[in-house]
Amino acid sequence: MDQSAFLKKVMPFKDKVFRLAKRLLISTEEAEDATQELYFKLWKNKSKLSEYNSIEAFAMTMTKNYCFDRLKSKQANNLSLVHSNYKEGGTSLDKRVELNDSVSLVHKLMENLPEQQKIIMQLRDIEQYEFDEIAEMLNMQPTAIRVSLSRARKTIKEQLIKQHNYGIG
Amino acid sequence: MELVNIEKLLEKYLKAETSIAEENELKTYFSGDNVAPHLEEYREMFGYFSASKKEKFTKTIQLKSRKLNWKWYSVAASAVLLVSVYTGYQKNQQAKAEKIYEETQYAFTLLSANLNKGTAAISELQAFENTTNKIFKQPK
Repeated sequence: MDQSAFLKKVMPFKDKVFRLAKRLLISTEEAEDATQELYFKLWKNKSKLSEYNSIEAFAMTMTKNYCFDRLKSKQANNLSLVHSNYKEGGTSLDKRVELNDSVSLVHKLMENLPEQQKIIMQLRDIEQYEFDEIAEMLNMQPTAIRVSLSRARKTIKEQLIKQHNYGIG
Repeated sequence: MELVNIEKLLEKYLKAETSIAEENELKTYFSGDNVAPHLEEYREMFGYFSASKKEKFTKTIQLKSRKLNWKWYSVAASAVLLVSVYTGYQKNQQAKAEKIYEETQYAFTLLSANLNKGTAAISELQAFENTTNKIFKQPK
């Protein structure tokens, strides 16, 4: 496979790779680096790509694994991350600011989801992959994906209602 | 779409039983202006999902890694080092040779100056001999 054929195959999903990386790594710079690194890895393994029935699914799996590795090494290096889970009681200034910007509120709620649910919600609700595609990417049963996704959707919905009641009350 | 239908779809949606097409119907409904007030939280959710999909990767992707470039940099740097060491050595040799040449030159001038002194003395001696020859007649 030469360079232009390769690019034609892998470029259409570069935004999806980037968005998944950003969902998991949070920072834009980290996600850009991860995307760059991932494409480099794909290019190095281009001879093996024909073995996979969907390069896109394979790339998404690689992205997920790469981001998990990054997160693991970051957590090992930076113990202070633990404190970011700390929550203030009552309606803090932060929360009131968040309420003004409701789009980013959903973003923050998604950040607090367990990793698995976060990925599934990203792949389904944002990227709109079919369940069997997600099943291939995550090496999971479609029913397990539905259960996980249902939990994520309910959590986000309930949290949003809760936040709204804070705002009104 | 009717509100009853939307509510039914939402129920299915929460159970993760909707198809992509049905989810798109929901997205379209919630991007419109006449969203029922009690469904406000869904408007935020679907609005966020649609907005998130618009985010793009704007940088250009390089297929040649930067690590490889570093390898080439080191090769270039070692080549430069080698060349400079070699030329430095050459310069040094040349400087040494020049120094030796100058010293020899100096030694030669010293030698020739002293030699000239010697010839001058000898010519004086010659003058002395001529005079004595004038004064004392040489026996024939």
